Amino acid sequence: MEVTLRIKRFNPETDKKAHFEEYVVDVDPRDRVLDALNQVKWYQDGTLTYRRSCGHGICGSDAMRINGRNRLACKVLMQDLGKRVTLEPLMGFRIEKDLLVDMDVFFDKYKSVKPYLIADNPPAHGERLQSPEERHIFDDTTKCILCAACTTSCPVTWMSEDFVGPAAIVNAHRFIFDSRDTAGIERLQILNKGTGVWRCRTVFNCTDACPRDIKVTEAIEQVKRALIFGDQ
Amino acid sequence: MAFHRYDAVVVGAGGAGLMAAIQMAGKAKVAVVSKLYPTRSHTGAAQGGISAALGNTEEDHWEWHMYDTVKGGDYLVDQDAAEVLAQEAIDAVYELEHMGLPFNRTPEGKIDQRRFGGHTRNFGEAAVRRACYAADRTGHMIIQTLYQQGIRHNLNFFDEHHLVDIIFTDDGQCAGVVTYEIRTGELHVIHAKTVVIAAGGFGRIFRVTSNALAGTGDGVAIPYRRGIPLMDMEMYQFHPTGLYKLGVLLSEAARGEGGVVRNRDGEAFAVRYAPTLADLAPRDMMSRFIWQEVKEGRGIDGKDYVLLDVSHLPPEVIDEKLPDITDFARTYLGVEPKREGVPIQPTAHYAMGGLPTNVDAQVIRDPQGTIVPGFYSAGEAACVSVHGANRLGTNSLVDLVVFGRRAGKKMLEDIETLDCAELPKDADAFAREQIDSLKARQSGERAADVRKAMQDIMMDNVSVYRDEGLLLEAQQRIGELKESYRNVSIMDKGSTYNMDLLEALELGNMLDLAETIVHGALARQESRGAHYRGDFEARDDVNWLAHSMIYAEPDGSLRLEKKPVVITRFEPKERKY
Repeated sequence: MEVTLRIKRFNPETDKKAHFEEYVVDVDPRDRVLDALNQVKWYQDGTLTYRRSCGHGICGSDAMRINGRNRLACKVLMQDLGKRVTLEPLMGFRIEKDLLVDMDVFFDKYKSVKPYLIADNPPAHGERLQSPEERHIFDDTTKCILCAACTTSCPVTWMSEDFVGPAAIVNAHRFIFDSRDTAGIERLQILNKGTGVWRCRTVFNCTDACPRDIKVTEAIEQVKRALIFGDQ
Repeated sequence: MAFHRYDAVVVGAGGAGLMAAIQMAGKAKVAVVSKLYPTRSHTGAAQGGISAALGNTEEDHWEWHMYDTVKGGDYLVDQDAAEVLAQEAIDAVYELEHMGLPFNRTPEGKIDQRRFGGHTRNFGEAAVRRACYAADRTGHMIIQTLYQQGIRHNLNFFDEHHLVDIIFTDDGQCAGVVTYEIRTGELHVIHAKTVVIAAGGFGRIFRVTSNALAGTGDGVAIPYRRGIPLMDMEMYQFHPTGLYKLGVLLSEAARGEGGVVRNRDGEAFAVRYAPTLADLAPRDMMSRFIWQEVKEGRGIDGKDYVLLDVSHLPPEVIDEKLPDITDFARTYLGVEPKREGVPIQPTAHYAMGGLPTNVDAQVIRDPQGTIVPGFYSAGEAACVSVHGANRLGTNSLVDLVVFGRRAGKKMLEDIETLDCAELPKDADAFAREQIDSLKARQSGERAADVRKAMQDIMMDNVSVYRDEGLLLEAQQRIGELKESYRNVSIMDKGSTYNMDLLEALELGNMLDLAETIVHGALARQESRGAHYRGDFEARDDVNWLAHSMIYAEPDGSLRLEKKPVVITRFEPKERKY
């Protein structure tokens, strides 16, 4: 089937501002948006630029705005989009080129919540014990692939640059609620600051945007509750 | 051009690279180079598990794991390396747990374990629970955990740097690498005492593959061009259960949990070929069973696919233990695995071959094992060889952590004693020339066309089934495509994120590797593991209980030498399951 892709283009070497260009592609209904983009890049316009790698929603490279919603280009099929498809870069980060944005800010915010296990010395031999129930509590937030779809769908992130954003909170949650971790308080203190969880207005855009179906808003609420009630 | 000096350069930020880097963190000056952001690495796509004989759910021993690895690899495995793999897997898994990896747990709180293809108790008696796992996203949890540790240790990441050259001195010592900074187009020369290639595999050579678009074998092709031999390149694994046409992997865990593969008649046919392990027969065999069923007209609707069926499993097992792969079936094929079979076909998955190394991850340059000073490799890019002619499921993740760790430790030792080799004056000349000529060409072949032709011929002629006729045709075609590649031109002439240029460079790497695969497959006149020759159906231990080592000669030809297999505990036997 024939589909028109309306793609936001920006080349920092030649353009003052971004503009839209249209491409007509002939795709199979089951093709991914990524397949359609590749068709343009490989056979029509080699200058079209975007990130991609695994092609099946695991690596987190190709988050972008697809008909106005944050999605992974490799996880949306053309048959679900209609005859005209608008593709834009994620909002809120500087556009580097076309659909590719500067991710440094995103990773800096991620790093700010100490996203690594901080724990007492492990046993000399064997694993630390953790019950299936303890493991289950933070299961959902271990699924994060750092694609930034949630953070760049959040109106608070668009408005205030210093909000850590949903992805960083998800990754803090993953350790705060891990029974093996001993630095929950430290992370809660970070998220209790003016840049932390209290900026969240419970808009649920993040939950809608997550390609891994993580209940992002719920994770943020759990962190808020831990701050108020200490039920970590 | 930018210039840097480091003790160690780690090329590739997947499981092996990060594991190596973490060993050296804080003790040496380390640069980690990746053409992606580290968490995008393909380790993250691994699903089912990482094997180690922990014995958490039933009796197990590392000797059994070693035996399974050797037999699974159809006796082409170097047994000294398999011993290291199986023994050190245990500590490596504990180390991952200590780093924070959220494994699934047993009721007692230990790491849970499940069955996986080819892993058995008591030397082949029956399937054993050996695969430690985190749902069906074990690789994702490994890459996340190791990246988290990388942040903790403040590793120096060169994100989005593409490897374009490796520098060796005239007397063969590695002196560093040349990278292309994708964001700016600037070349970087990183002068270093030690370099480890942990840049992964090259499934993108084939049309149907489970591999990421980034899986183009840059780290393997570049040293080959610089005179380093490649080992066992003809040993390329096709995973039996890739989503039809897309190649996206559906983990063996589906069969480990009780799933079966069915043909047109609804028959779970694997048991007919492998009475003991049935659907948990190793991947090379399962792929061949499927190929045979399709050939005999028992594919679905007479087409080239069969069905993976998990619909008889309890829904909670599917939701708890196989969530991702059932999601793939729903998203990409619109199939509900709880009710119906999922269309699958063998998909290009894993290179058993690669840069030859010893058990300390040092790259060797000849069958005698002469090391290349300052040069190391681990993970899929390397060939130790622990996978021989066919890798067992979960052993890639074991390989990453065990030999990534060994690489890091060995490098740390060598940094103490090695002098930094002198750089040639124009260290970046070759890289610059390559890039300039691609950019300068105003018209010519389209990279996408050459790439597609390569993927087609490799898939049709050099995959699960091979014979001389098919291979000779492939050899000629790849030769022609290499000629075409000289005329490839790109549209993007800019410096910022020039992915057009990158894809063209990657194609050049893949063509060189495709040529070595065909060359090795032609030479190896026997059937062993993943390498099945219709015209030489038997395994030939007299002539081919040997690794192939392929060299690029200065005149453009290829030379093959044999390297004996290391046999310690297990004499080659017929391989039955």
